[in-house]
Amino acid sequence: MSWTRREALLGLGSIPILGAVWWAGASGTVGRKREREAILERLNIQPSLPSAVTVISGAPVRVGIIGFGIRGEQLCRSLGYATDEWITAMEEAEALAKEEGRPFTALTDFRAQEPLNVRIVGVCDVFDTRAEKAIRSFGTPEQPVKRYTTYTDMIQSGDVEAVVIATPDHWHAPMSIEALRNNVHVYVEKPMTHTVAETYVLKEAARNSRATIQVGHQHRQTLSFKTAQDIVDKGVLGHVSLITTNTNRNDDNGAWNYDIHPDASPQTIDWEQFLGSAPQIPFNKNHFFRWRKWWAYGSGLSGDLLTHDYDRLNCVLKMGIPRSVMASGGIYTHRDGRNVPDVLQANFEFPEFSTGSSQKAGKERGMTFTYSASLGNGLNRPTMLMGHDASMELGNRLTIWPDGSSTRYAEMLEEGKMNPGTPIYSYDPAAGALDGVSSATSQYFADKGLMWTYVDGKRVDSTFLHMREWLSVIRNGGQVSCGIQEGFEEAISAHMAGLSWKLGRRIEWDPQGEQIIPVEGVEDLDAVLLDSPPGIGALAPDVVA
Amino acid sequence: MTTTSNGWGLKQSITILRILIGWHFLYEGIVKVYNPDWTSFGYLASAQGPLKPVFQAMTSEGVLPWVDTLNWVALVFVGVTLILGIFERAGALVGVGLLMLYYLAHPSWPGMAQVNTEGSYWIVNKNLIEAVACLVLFYQPTGSLFGLPRLFSKNKPTSKTEMS
Repeated sequence: MSWTRREALLGLGSIPILGAVWWAGASGTVGRKREREAILERLNIQPSLPSAVTVISGAPVRVGIIGFGIRGEQLCRSLGYATDEWITAMEEAEALAKEEGRPFTALTDFRAQEPLNVRIVGVCDVFDTRAEKAIRSFGTPEQPVKRYTTYTDMIQSGDVEAVVIATPDHWHAPMSIEALRNNVHVYVEKPMTHTVAETYVLKEAARNSRATIQVGHQHRQTLSFKTAQDIVDKGVLGHVSLITTNTNRNDDNGAWNYDIHPDASPQTIDWEQFLGSAPQIPFNKNHFFRWRKWWAYGSGLSGDLLTHDYDRLNCVLKMGIPRSVMASGGIYTHRDGRNVPDVLQANFEFPEFSTGSSQKAGKERGMTFTYSASLGNGLNRPTMLMGHDASMELGNRLTIWPDGSSTRYAEMLEEGKMNPGTPIYSYDPAAGALDGVSSATSQYFADKGLMWTYVDGKRVDSTFLHMREWLSVIRNGGQVSCGIQEGFEEAISAHMAGLSWKLGRRIEWDPQGEQIIPVEGVEDLDAVLLDSPPGIGALAPDVVA
Repeated sequence: MTTTSNGWGLKQSITILRILIGWHFLYEGIVKVYNPDWTSFGYLASAQGPLKPVFQAMTSEGVLPWVDTLNWVALVFVGVTLILGIFERAGALVGVGLLMLYYLAHPSWPGMAQVNTEGSYWIVNKNLIEAVACLVLFYQPTGSLFGLPRLFSKNKPTSKTEMS
């Protein structure tokens, strides 16, 4: 009988092996899936879908562009208008990328963008070359684009229903106020204002206007932020006591040393109009093209980049204006004549704020929002929300790690169903999309969810969504995501940070009186904010290679 | 080369090789079958080397679900045939094909980024070695030694049989 047994063993022995491997693979996979589902069910996070936008029907919205520089061109592309020069440059970049086997999607994305019911009818730029470029690229013989020499001419022309303001910061408020007073709709870049006083004037103008203002914090359209809101609301993180946000850039573009156009001269640039209320100085190309480096026209890191991070979090948490701000830093990496800091740390205190608590009532309350920036290092530091129960990394992707000492997850941690090293939730709307990011600066913005978001797994320019929402509200009514209240909170917070850096003092906010508490020994806070002393170091060369 | 019923030799070693490779394929296949979220998208999208355009073309919306399904079907087919020993030559051949595709999607050639590898490789990697091992299985079937074919085989390898 031993022969038969041996034969049976050798003939049928492979079947149990097959069964064992099959069982191991199936039970392992299904088991892991069940465990994950149990955690997800416990967390109950609902990845949100974008809200439907009503069709912008009727006649095209007649838009005027004020400021047609780098950002102005980007905003026009979001409206569906690209310059001939940009198309040519992108075609070349695409060909090169193809040759090198890199993905490159900028041109395809632009062409695939849903057309918006708008028409660019006018442009106002103090630099002839830029205004002419817009007229040449966007105008047709039947529908020419008109050039206005001043913004007041454009706003009062009656031909323009809505304006897009992408000028230096010191022009944001005067132009927005003028437009709103004439019931012309406004899309204004961040920061909303350049001084504290004009922030109140603009708020008043918006309240009294029939027109709609949208502040250009396009990340409010980012899908992951809506999911992040749900996560915080459901107490997944517990009480968040610290938020860390960062800017790290290490290139000329990121440090605002933009190219200086060869055609720039006192003949082609209306220098006086550029200066406006700024200190009257002789024509200076460096100041014209790289205005972000001086307080006279720009707002430094606090107005330019901190505002993005502040508003990202204000969008998720709605924490409002901080009770106090302390900032420090200096000009440590670009001693090129600038007077705004290029390294900045700002701490915003919210002593009354809470995202909810899993512990004894009253034990937890208060939060610090900290912003840390350097324009001399390009390491990507993620935005982190640190709660008693979990930490969340916030960007285009979301990742949540449980905290080892969490109260809420104590049981699951003990049972080994969770461990602090393994994310309990990750949300990646980009899974399934192939990205071709071209530069360090755009990667910086992309990681923060500032460039695009993902709808149904497809990449969509968030600025496009933000502008589409504004246009839809213009035609159909409703609420914009970043209106005057959000803009007010953003501008005041940024100005508090700027003031704190300049004075080296703590700047406090009075929430009842809705104003910045006067600082002892300082008569006029706006004079401090506007003060634009001689810069540090020698001016950077005119043209960046 | 000779072997005896009691002795240990080439055929027995190849049989073990066959079972282990089948095991590996089957497990990879089953894990994918039972995980509905699994997709080959990332693997294909990040492909490198001369066939990169071909692999990237497979990631298009209409094609990807077919690629994913074909992949697990092929993995399970190789796994089942090699473990049971039935159609083992077909299984070995499909195995060679699959492994060569994996190898070519991410070749371990100088100048190419090594993604998700746990060792260090120069031209030769584990996919290539396993592909050649499958080739050996194709030329040296062992189902009649261990596997279902043994039950039906008329000329079972008996004691002291000379092997060719």
